[in-house]
Amino acid sequence: MTAWSSWGRARGAVVLPPALALLIALGIGALVIALAGADPWLALGALAQGAFGSADAWSEVGVRTCPLLLTGLAVTIAFRAGIWNIGAEGQLLVGAVAVAWLGTGVGDLPAWLAIPLVLAGAALGGGAWAALAGLLKTARGVDEVISTIMLNFIALGLVGYLVHGPLMEASGAYPQTDAVAATARLPRLFAGYRLHAGLAIALVTAGLTSVLLFRTLFGFAMRAAGLNPVAARLAGLPVTGAVLGALTLSGALAGLAGGIELSAITFRLYDQFSPGYGFTAIAVALLGRLHPAGVILAAVFFGALDAGAMAMQRSAGVSSVLVSVIEAIVIFSLIAVEWTRVGGRSFNHQVKA
Amino acid sequence: MDLSLLTALATSMVTMAVPLLLPALGELIAERAGVINIGLEGLILVGAFAALIGAWFTGSAALGVASALAAGALLGAGFSFFVVQRNANQVVAGTALNLLAVGLTGVAYRAVFGVTGAALTIAGSAPISIPLLDRLPVLGPAFFTQPPLAYAAFLLVPCIAMALAHTVPGLALRMVGENPYAAETQGVAVRRTRTLALIVCGALAAAGGAYLALAYAKTFVEGMSAGRGFIALAIVIVGRRSAVGVALAALFFGFASALQFHFQALGLAVPFQFFLILPYVLTLLVLAGYVGRSPAPAALGQPYGR
Repeated sequence: MTAWSSWGRARGAVVLPPALALLIALGIGALVIALAGADPWLALGALAQGAFGSADAWSEVGVRTCPLLLTGLAVTIAFRAGIWNIGAEGQLLVGAVAVAWLGTGVGDLPAWLAIPLVLAGAALGGGAWAALAGLLKTARGVDEVISTIMLNFIALGLVGYLVHGPLMEASGAYPQTDAVAATARLPRLFAGYRLHAGLAIALVTAGLTSVLLFRTLFGFAMRAAGLNPVAARLAGLPVTGAVLGALTLSGALAGLAGGIELSAITFRLYDQFSPGYGFTAIAVALLGRLHPAGVILAAVFFGALDAGAMAMQRSAGVSSVLVSVIEAIVIFSLIAVEWTRVGGRSFNHQVKA
Repeated sequence: MDLSLLTALATSMVTMAVPLLLPALGELIAERAGVINIGLEGLILVGAFAALIGAWFTGSAALGVASALAAGALLGAGFSFFVVQRNANQVVAGTALNLLAVGLTGVAYRAVFGVTGAALTIAGSAPISIPLLDRLPVLGPAFFTQPPLAYAAFLLVPCIAMALAHTVPGLALRMVGENPYAAETQGVAVRRTRTLALIVCGALAAAGGAYLALAYAKTFVEGMSAGRGFIALAIVIVGRRSAVGVALAALFFGFASALQFHFQALGLAVPFQFFLILPYVLTLLVLAGYVGRSPAPAALGQPYGR
């Protein structure tokens, strides 16, 4: 057995399952389309066309990829530390609230100051929202699965209250906030396309996440807490701090995702602001095998699915929620072959902080 | 507060509590067997859809309920394949189940009833009055003028409490949740027990959905489970994983949800959204106050074997 062939086999073990999972998911997706009375080839063709068929389609894939990548990284950081952050959706919304609120007041500032300011606000907001769950866990022993889910709904209610109440646009016509100042808007990368600088921020964040997880002491402590909290504590690692830090950082990235989406795409906050990016993020993180490089690929894949699904709904009459079915099948396929096991563990325990 | 307002509030409380109680009882059984099922929300949604389809095509509410039970049991069995047979992480599998339910019901609904979503109403499940008891002030209209599913839900509470505490299968179920390896040495089939618990959990959660579609809304709306599956998860913890505790917690959360329909009549000058988030805030507060006093089954969330 040469080193080369064992490397090849290891690579096969990493690449084959997600490829198969995607095939299975698309196959079942086609079956669901057929059962729904539409032509699967037409629908999947429209989906592919909508994702990659034109420059505009590519740009839209990038637009969809950005929040999925950032929330996917958020989930990755938490899961690596053994924390089940199901609350990326709520953290994303709080980040968006921060930008909607700050962004209308920074019109006098130059863009180079205004944009970092509002995005820092988004990260702070999302981080603080997640830290609530972290404190409930470390101080009061509240399971973060439940608390982050509850905080999702509270954030949703908060957005509803704000856009119908205190932050409603000045004209009072619609339940939405005023558009953020021009200086608080992230620049577009190419004239005529919606692709924006947020994607670059997300890619840089992926690189930084990789460094944090694999090249820093804090990252080591986080991963150790995730792999075996008892051993990590006995080894003198600050498990409680790692749990709090990982969850706060996770929330900050999710908040940044919401802030960027508002600053670059919607400019306003309204009731249905997020189509569930924070939940898709869980699929993104798992498909990316909790590794930043993998998360980039997975985010692009789900971004393409999302962008294509809109085209599919328009031209083939198949509801775009079909994408949820495909996402679910991808997750089920991967957990069935235990491919989501990372470093010999299968996430079977929870950190008792 | 006058009596009619109190009656209306109590009636809303029970109506809101039943679709929380049924899934919460299902979750109780699953968790006592050591499996946490985050997919409750999706199971409710599928139950609501299956009930509507069944009632729509057969014209019978009873057959609607039956199809919901069948769909829920089937999904419960499917879920058990991943978390019991394949030892998959239960939180991840549950999240996937929720995604699947949203997608399947959304695609199927539009395929069957068209994109327009024309106001679709069915006869639904009519309330049955219990003679004499329905004449009680406040309690009569609230508790004793309900569709059959509601009575079934309330009857299940003592049944499940008794079964868990005083029967051999109930003991076996609890052993599997506390220490599956010890249970196995006593001859308990761990995987079969957990699978059965998840099938029952799926059926009960779907029954909650059937109540929503047939008795509450008398129609189906995409995403009509509206977070009830997650509140039910919280109810199980707040109710300290006992059937009676779960029933009381469900009524409490039903009351908190009912306030949103009556707060104006009650003269409360608070934004509407406050009542939408009230159940979730209450959950966090209760859990934060519980520290260390709500013991979960020792093997909850842990796969068995390997």
